[in-house]
Amino acid sequence: MSGHPSTYEPKYAATKWIDQRLPIIRMGADFMTFPSPRNLNYWYTFGGILMMCLISQIITGIILAMHYVPHVDLAFDSVQRIRRDVPFGWLLQPMHAVGASMFFLAVYVHMFRGLYYGSYKAPREILWIVGCLIYLIMMATGFLGYTLPWGQMSFWGATVITGFFGAVPVVGESLQQWLLGGYSVDNATLNRFFALHYLLPFVIAGLVGIHVWAVHHVGQNNPIGISTKTKSDTLSFHPYYTVKDGFAMVIFFLIFAFFVFYQPDALGHADNYIQADPLKTPPHIVPEWYFLPFYAILRAVPDKLMGILLMLGAIVVLFVLPWLDTSKVRSNRFRPVARKFFWIFVFFCFILGWCGAETPDDMVFSVGSKMVDGAEVPVGLNFTWLSRIATAYYFAYFLIILPVLGMVEKPLERPESITKAVLGDSAHAAPAE
Amino acid sequence: MSETLQKDKDTIDEGKRDFIYIATGAVAAAGAASLAWPLVAQMGKAADTLAAGSVEINVGNMIEGQQVKVLWRGVPVFVRYRTKAEIAEAENTDIANCPDPQTDAERLRPDNNGNLRPEFLVMVGVCTHFGCIPVGEAGDFDGWYCPCHGSHYDTSGRIRKGPAPKNMTVPEYKYISDTVIKVG
Amino acid sequence: MTFFKAAKMKKTLFVGAAVMAAAASGLAYAAGGGGTGNYKMEHVHWHFKGAMGTYDKAAAQRGYQVYREVCASCHALEHLSFRHLGDKGAPFYNPDFPNPNDNIIVKNFAADWQIEDIDSDTGDIIERPGVPADDFPDIYPNAAAAAGSNGGAIPPDLSVIVAARGGGADYLYNLLMAYDTPKPDYVELTPGLHYNPVFEGHKIAMANPLSDDLVEYADGTPATTKQMALDVTEFLAWSADPKLEQRKGAGLMTMVYLSLLALMLWLSYKRVWRDVEH
Repeated sequence: MSGHPSTYEPKYAATKWIDQRLPIIRMGADFMTFPSPRNLNYWYTFGGILMMCLISQIITGIILAMHYVPHVDLAFDSVQRIRRDVPFGWLLQPMHAVGASMFFLAVYVHMFRGLYYGSYKAPREILWIVGCLIYLIMMATGFLGYTLPWGQMSFWGATVITGFFGAVPVVGESLQQWLLGGYSVDNATLNRFFALHYLLPFVIAGLVGIHVWAVHHVGQNNPIGISTKTKSDTLSFHPYYTVKDGFAMVIFFLIFAFFVFYQPDALGHADNYIQADPLKTPPHIVPEWYFLPFYAILRAVPDKLMGILLMLGAIVVLFVLPWLDTSKVRSNRFRPVARKFFWIFVFFCFILGWCGAETPDDMVFSVGSKMVDGAEVPVGLNFTWLSRIATAYYFAYFLIILPVLGMVEKPLERPESITKAVLGDSAHAAPAE
Repeated sequence: MSETLQKDKDTIDEGKRDFIYIATGAVAAAGAASLAWPLVAQMGKAADTLAAGSVEINVGNMIEGQQVKVLWRGVPVFVRYRTKAEIAEAENTDIANCPDPQTDAERLRPDNNGNLRPEFLVMVGVCTHFGCIPVGEAGDFDGWYCPCHGSHYDTSGRIRKGPAPKNMTVPEYKYISDTVIKVG
Repeated sequence: MTFFKAAKMKKTLFVGAAVMAAAASGLAYAAGGGGTGNYKMEHVHWHFKGAMGTYDKAAAQRGYQVYREVCASCHALEHLSFRHLGDKGAPFYNPDFPNPNDNIIVKNFAADWQIEDIDSDTGDIIERPGVPADDFPDIYPNAAAAAGSNGGAIPPDLSVIVAARGGGADYLYNLLMAYDTPKPDYVELTPGLHYNPVFEGHKIAMANPLSDDLVEYADGTPATTKQMALDVTEFLAWSADPKLEQRKGAGLMTMVYLSLLALMLWLSYKRVWRDVEH
């Protein structure tokens, strides 16, 4: 699976025997000695962090499934029982719930990193697309999992999201009811959501295998975006990046542990401690924080179908990004103009997240008020308009700015190689090798 | 391994380097091991399972020769009001020939006055071979017979013939009054 | 020259993570409880807050008494069993009884409630005194009965109420304290509703449940309304998060361990990379 010549030599008769039949030890050894660019920074540790997140979610998830009951009458109780009576349930349940948030936190950093350093450009298009697929399935898994505790947010979140399918012309209603297995979110829905929530992480794991295969085939990108050329451009994955990734992981675990042990509910919503009630909608429905930007895009459009299409478009546009960015230069480090637009993009992603959490008609700021039909109405910017501005930038960044900028921007002068970039012009004098 | 490591070996204090690596590895391994414990322990009995541990059986209305079956911790507990003949048979058995020697008295618990009440035999009605439920008043020894693999138990619930290794288990129980037995 | 400014990037990483975490917790906070109108929310310094916070056991014990004598006429504790009262970290934990089912106080509390059961001889539905393994009983046989007895408003389960309200313990405490606020003239109340500026919509079906000296505390603490509101909130906070003390204890060990491991990995990292330009 690795794209470099194997240096593994079986030492013992037994390992030689195995190597001739299934070179699995060779695969592991080649993985550990994979030549990685020597200039990878901490933003590049999130791949390893994400691997740990996936493993953690799968293990704690399988454990929770041993105690959870996917039935509308028992699901909420069974989660409470896990937290109160199951040995270490008080630890494992928050680990899974907080773990979902940490997983998304890490994946967003990983994606923004790829965006900044141009990790989607040739020859890494398939690597990027597989990553987008993983993200898409992660979103589905996160949504399905949030339904399982069967709190008010679970129920109404499921009702709203499955309502998206009802917006499909002609077959929408049939499609939605097929998905639900009934007229509304009910026991049949909960059961299938549980089954799918258990299935999809293994699909993710399979795609992660392909993602890792792809990155080992084309090699990692790096902060300067210059491909590795000579041996002095690279370092063995182990011990250089195992120790660096390990350090970053532990720092990440510190944040993770802080939430699990001290703020297990901070990332969730209080309404999900109320058992699902089909007769009563909570006053403020909001999705989990990691869906908020997309929720804001959905609500920015007054038309139901258009809103959904735009929200889907916000993800689809990521898949075609490798062909939208016309610049020959990968890293934004050498694109001073693109870099500014990138940070504005990040800023608007946060703005979209903020808009998603707020009530659309509330004011961001007001500059006064006017009388409309005898009632005083504030004048200023409300969240609907703020989310429209941010949505417009989101799409403009991908569909206008990146294609045009690639053609008009004059990039900075780039070093010839990673070695030169790291060691300067004295590269020939004292290479580390 | 890269050539860099090769160079390191020549120049740096090997012992010091090994120490920090080994110590880091040991600390990481200790952490992984202590994280593994909750993952294993979670499969143990939950607090509600541990709490739901006792059942009360009223024997006041039973008649001689009658047997009641009560579910306790998911398995049947047999309470048999033994006949005089069954008690005599149980007490007069030469236990030296039994695979799991136990006198009948050893299989009974005293009531509040310290007296054994041999008419009430209380035991977990599960064959000690592979967990089937033996049939009453059957088998070569007038006690119980397990239809799964042919184990014969006598009127004290002792294994006498067949593949089962042990007598049927006597659960922890006590008389909380003259007529009520509390199991568990 | 180096293109990689390690220190700067690291700082950005941490700031980024901190901002996202803060934004997320800010969102959870912003989503909290109802309006406050003309009532000034009081922020209580709960004993169980903070990294080392534990429940005030004496307060929680009094709180149980308030629940038993006042709240329990309408509100259930659906997710609690009597034995939970004697668990480690619970209000009535006694180290002499590591098994809460043997705890004498818990046994007495359980026996104080009548539990519906089936007579194993006759099959009749009977009532018997509770045992520690029993769940707290339902107050009403079904939702319709609960609504019917309370003018259409179903009294919510209290076992997770502190977690189920955005403002948490402060919300519950202030809700109980806000009944005395004078009703503004523009608020119109239909019969059966009461003015409470802390409640969402300011109109609540529950009448003011507390008044001075409504209960007589066994430990001699004066039973003021404020005291009872504080105590019952402490008890219900425990009920919503009964493993808080275990979690914080394990959390401290975990944080110390991870910090140590981070330090050692940092040293290893420095050593591995010491002669490597990057």
